[in-house]
Amino acid sequence: MLGLNSKDATLFFIVILMTMLAPFLLNPFPAESAMAQFNAGYPDLMQRFVIYGIFAIGFNILFGLTGYLSFGHAAFLGVGSYAAVWMYKLLNFNVIYALPVAVIVAGLFSVVIGYVSLRRSGIYFSILTLAFAQMSYNLAYSVLTPITNGETGLQVYNNDPQMFLGDGPRNPHFFGLEMRTNAQLDLGAWTFNFPLGYYFAAILMLASFYLAIRIFRSPMGMMLRAIKSNQTRMSYTGLNTRPYMLAAFVISGMYAGLAGGLLAAMDPLTGAERMQWTASGEVVLMTILGGVGTLLGPILGAGFIKYCEKIFSKINENVLHRWFEALPDWIENPLVWLFARFVGEGWHLTLGLLFMLVVIFLPGGLVQGGQKIGAMFRRRNKNAGGAEARAAQQNPPAE
Amino acid sequence: MGILEVKGVNKRFGGLQALGDVNLSVAENTVHAIIGPNGAGKSTLLNVLVGKLIPDSGSVMFDGQSVLGRKPHEINQMGISRVFQTPEIFADLTVMENVMIPCFARRDGAFRMHAIERVSNEKGIREEAEAILEDVAMLDKRDMTASSMSRGDKRRLEMAMCLVQEPRLLLLDEPTAGMARADTNNTIALLKEIKQKRDITMCIIEHDMHVVFSLAERITVLAQGTPLVEETPENIKGHPKVREAYLGEAQV
Ligand SMILES: Nc1ncnc2c1ncn2[C@@H]1O[C@H](COP(=O)(O)OP(=O)(O)O)[C@@H](O)[C@H]1O
Ligand SMILES: [Mg+2]
Repeated sequence: MLGLNSKDATLFFIVILMTMLAPFLLNPFPAESAMAQFNAGYPDLMQRFVIYGIFAIGFNILFGLTGYLSFGHAAFLGVGSYAAVWMYKLLNFNVIYALPVAVIVAGLFSVVIGYVSLRRSGIYFSILTLAFAQMSYNLAYSVLTPITNGETGLQVYNNDPQMFLGDGPRNPHFFGLEMRTNAQLDLGAWTFNFPLGYYFAAILMLASFYLAIRIFRSPMGMMLRAIKSNQTRMSYTGLNTRPYMLAAFVISGMYAGLAGGLLAAMDPLTGAERMQWTASGEVVLMTILGGVGTLLGPILGAGFIKYCEKIFSKINENVLHRWFEALPDWIENPLVWLFARFVGEGWHLTLGLLFMLVVIFLPGGLVQGGQKIGAMFRRRNKNAGGAEARAAQQNPPAE
Repeated sequence: MGILEVKGVNKRFGGLQALGDVNLSVAENTVHAIIGPNGAGKSTLLNVLVGKLIPDSGSVMFDGQSVLGRKPHEINQMGISRVFQTPEIFADLTVMENVMIPCFARRDGAFRMHAIERVSNEKGIREEAEAILEDVAMLDKRDMTASSMSRGDKRRLEMAMCLVQEPRLLLLDEPTAGMARADTNNTIALLKEIKQKRDITMCIIEHDMHVVFSLAERITVLAQGTPLVEETPENIKGHPKVREAYLGEAQV
């Protein structure tokens, strides 16, 4: 179906279902309960899940298939954001202008950076991309202030041209559908959010995901995996690895541009920090944590990191004291002190630990973890249904 | 005029003259063996032919066109394929994918942006790949990961990858090294069969004299980077210079 084999189609439908039902799935706890702070079903976070999902899906096309590790992809994300905000400033707030332009500008930018960086492979390639991204960051921060508005960050002002604005919405919208629109549904003790911006970004993520599956299963996907496996054999088989690599690089750059554009669609401003090397490192972590080279991995990794970032950084000492208040003070205080190191500002420490655990025990990432659990259940089912299975083997059903 | 004409090729590595004034002419549709002791420069010569090395001087013409200065993939697209001394295969890919890639390279050239088409829809390519796997008796291993195979199987796979491109000149660098006797005989049979089926020129480096004498129509003996003699197999057996070259190695 849809040009996917049955396994990929199943995966795709599961992802569709999960993204569409996310407002429910991510809000399992009643709004007033103590656990409510672990809910993730509010607009800002849900939008981040899918937008960074797009970023990581694209990154995985480069890193997962070809093994080339770029440390500069945040530059394309940042360029996408700047391009989108400029469209708001010049034309109007309709994302129908902002998003395609974000993708195209990021694409052009990645042609240039890719063309130069891909002259080297391995660690040198990584360093080149890192250098380019840091250069872009510094340019955006200082020299290019007329374009990027430097430290302050780029935003829309009342005296901007906005040629097509008319009396249209003064916030990012899609033909009048404002991204920040949110519908709330109260069901008993639960409150569910249905942000328009989330659904808009989610549909684009699904389209990006679909395209990624098609690329993985295409002859070009096979060529990219072959490049990862043995470049020598590629050239002696008459294949020019350069254009293949550049294509993968630019495609992943355009995904990043789309993600950057969408960030600016949710909130119409941007700054240089989006291009910083930490942001480039984050997408690497997402991809590895989820499972490099797998279809689902990047989405899981992006969700996992964005969830930890939001939830763990929100917890502070007050919250911890409430958790442990039942304990005697001489236990409570040290415990709170200990946990406080890993939450709030210290959430990076938690992320670091989780990352190490995953890389050591699950080199295939969260996807591998899922597969292991799946295999465990299957084995148990087999033991339970062993007698049946044996009977079935003896009497194979007629075709 | 042979299909491959090597004239006055020199290659130095630092102080070592790996190739010294090599002249070689390989006639079209023949099997030409290059023999010689270890370190004679045989692999270096092949490296020059496929564009991996650029010689210090001399010329290499394939079918009337110079190959020097061209990139390896361009030389391959001219019709030269090479089997390496240590198999170069796509170890992480399946056997089937390994042979499909050269099929794509032959059909679509050095690059094509086929990012949306589906591999599963490429019926022609699949059939071609299956046919060659049948020929090398590996069809039952089609879904195996290439890295999990025995060394002998890897060599046969690499040979299949080269043959499926239907090259005009096939270069083989010790194709049976490390193979069991039975596998060696299979390889000889396979190469003979390919030779019978269609027009192909082969240039083969080999230590196993059984393989050389079963296949070769001409033999060049290379020693210390320089061709000593070029002869038919009958005339080469008792040739004094050949003995000298090999005895020289034995003494070292
Ligand atoms: N890339 C290289 N750099 C330096 N020396 C090399 C290189 N390749 C081969 N040689 C040297 O050139 C000589 C010929 O090597 P080679 O062509 O591999 O011999 P063989 O006839 O056994 O295949 C050897 O002495 C080898 O050490
Ligand atoms: Mg050699």
